Amino acid sequence: MSEAIITVENLGKKYRIAHQGERQRYVALRDVIAEKARGIFKMLKTEKLKSGNNAPISGFRRASVSHTEDFWALKGVSFEVKRGEVVGIIGRNGAGKSTLLKILSRITEPTEGRVRMGGRVGSLLEVGTGFHPELTGRENIFLNGAILGMHRAEIRRKFDEIVAFAEMEKFLDTPVKRYSSGMYVRLAFAVAAHLEPEILIVDEVLAVGDAEFQKKCLGKMENVSRKEGRTVIFVSHNLAAVRSLCSRGIFLREGQVVANDEVSKALRAYAESLPRSGRDSEMVFKFEGQKPRFSQLSLEKVIFECGEIIRIHGEIFSELSCQASIEVELHDDRDIPVAYGSTSPMAGPAWNLKRGTTRFEIKLGPLWLAEGTYRLFFWLIKPWTENYHLVEEPLYFELTHSDPYSSGFSFKQSYKRGSFAIPIQATLEPS
Amino acid sequence: MELIIEAGRAERHYWRDLWRYRELFYFLAWRDILVRYKQTVIGIAWAVIRPFLTTVVFTVVFSRIAKLPAPGAVPYALLVMAAMLPWQFFSTSLSESSNSLITNSNLISKIYFPRLIVPAGAVITSFVDFLITLGLMALLMIWYGFAPDLRLLALPLFVVPAFGASFGIGLWLCALNVEYRDFRYIVPFVVQFGLYISPVGFSSSLVPAKWQWLYCLNPMVGVIDGFRWSLLRGQTPLSLSSLLSSLFITTALCAGGIRYFRKMEKTFADVI
Repeated sequence: MSEAIITVENLGKKYRIAHQGERQRYVALRDVIAEKARGIFKMLKTEKLKSGNNAPISGFRRASVSHTEDFWALKGVSFEVKRGEVVGIIGRNGAGKSTLLKILSRITEPTEGRVRMGGRVGSLLEVGTGFHPELTGRENIFLNGAILGMHRAEIRRKFDEIVAFAEMEKFLDTPVKRYSSGMYVRLAFAVAAHLEPEILIVDEVLAVGDAEFQKKCLGKMENVSRKEGRTVIFVSHNLAAVRSLCSRGIFLREGQVVANDEVSKALRAYAESLPRSGRDSEMVFKFEGQKPRFSQLSLEKVIFECGEIIRIHGEIFSELSCQASIEVELHDDRDIPVAYGSTSPMAGPAWNLKRGTTRFEIKLGPLWLAEGTYRLFFWLIKPWTENYHLVEEPLYFELTHSDPYSSGFSFKQSYKRGSFAIPIQATLEPS
Repeated sequence: MELIIEAGRAERHYWRDLWRYRELFYFLAWRDILVRYKQTVIGIAWAVIRPFLTTVVFTVVFSRIAKLPAPGAVPYALLVMAAMLPWQFFSTSLSESSNSLITNSNLISKIYFPRLIVPAGAVITSFVDFLITLGLMALLMIWYGFAPDLRLLALPLFVVPAFGASFGIGLWLCALNVEYRDFRYIVPFVVQFGLYISPVGFSSSLVPAKWQWLYCLNPMVGVIDGFRWSLLRGQTPLSLSSLLSSLFITTALCAGGIRYFRKMEKTFADVI
């Protein structure tokens, strides 16, 4: 169980990007010939010029070779994957995740380095590859299965299972071009889900489909790894899915491995690398109308650990003196309300604010929350009387480590058992 | 079962992979044929009507209007049809396979399988058309009351270089087409030109002796002459030199084609 099934050593992939005057997407022979001819012509021309500063040589070089730039999509990537592990690869768009998967799937060749694979690979880089719109669902199941590497007998054997998983008995004999996008994706995933490779590589296919479908896909992938013991490499922007499925995370940035660690640590490294966009942890409001309003709200930081106190700073602006309090509502990453608090009436009397700007600080906690993403909604109100300013967009924060009793237990939001750890103490009575 | 992926590493697994993915040959050809006739009214009849019409046009143009002489007592229509068979096979497989990688670009960039299967699948699809036309030929012979003799048994021998020429040249063109899209426009022209320098509308005996060597550089010459010879009771000439030249050139084209294709294959997903 602990031997490496995939070894990646110093992998690199270089692309050549050409910069030309009017860059055409396809290379045409006539352009290559014309470029060469232009080069020779320019060379002859510059030789006539007597500029005396190495003009002919540089002119020749400049004219005959259009300026190309080497772009390393991946560089120096090394890691190991053990048999049965589920590894999540995370990173921003353009970090090199898909390129890495393409190399592991043998679709493209690396420029340097090597990969050692100890098992059969099945890749899902796109849902419905090879589906032809004119063919029926039934025909496409066979076609897609064959393209993914299944034998005809195997497809026939699993046919009923595939149809049942996709819930498509009624539409099997309709051409796929008539399917809705949801049906299309369900069928495509159903075929791919019944591949039985030793190593499964999945690239963001969960980005399509509704919540039900996503749940089904994740469930199936969980089956594949936990019950069947297959190795899975999973790329996704859905960090909650990565957190719940994967045991290990690899964070790629600009083609290099920044973190290769236990999944919470990798996700934390990723969260910390994201620029603090004003929208997420800080908000500024324009003044409108007469009522007292927040003019600014900001979280002191974006990443917390379980049991920490969460500090929020802000400003309230009011044209007239008034009475006000702040209500706070905490939602989990599925936007389900998890907790509530208010400065008044819950925690004390309302504030008497003078006209003008008032700064404030709110401390929340300590909160024994599960690991995951949270949203904080703030409302400025006059208790029991009226609402002054209900902020529609929440502030986001991430709780990255939750082990309330430091016992090695890791409490995650994705366990779907609420987001709070109940303080618990138990003793046995002697009988 | 360990696999090593490395830059420039010749895949020893390639031929084994081709065997593992053998069913894909069938599936891609099956898909192309199915799709062709979906939502058509005439459907599969098109596979028969097209060669039939071409034969009619040729017969009228070349024997009635151009008055090109036909050797022996062979009906002109049969003479033309016997040559149309391999030629149609060759020209459609060439056109289809040269574009096959581009039309399947979504597969190339997302799935692994030995890419050789794609142009091969295109040739197989054309072969199916060929078989249908062969049936048409049989009907035509019955109508003319012209029965072939034992030379018919040699027909499979001539199918092999036909396959070879289509596949070989097809590989070259398809690999080149991925990088230089000009070939999409060059191919129909080459095919058109080829039609005039191949003995489809005329018989090889018409070519003057001093140009025979140049003429025989066209691998389809040997194939077409061979087809005519075996189907039409040897009434048309078949020179051994044209046959040998055909076999030799076809083998060279195939070997070279496979080499070049394999070399360029690694870059397909990046360039397509």
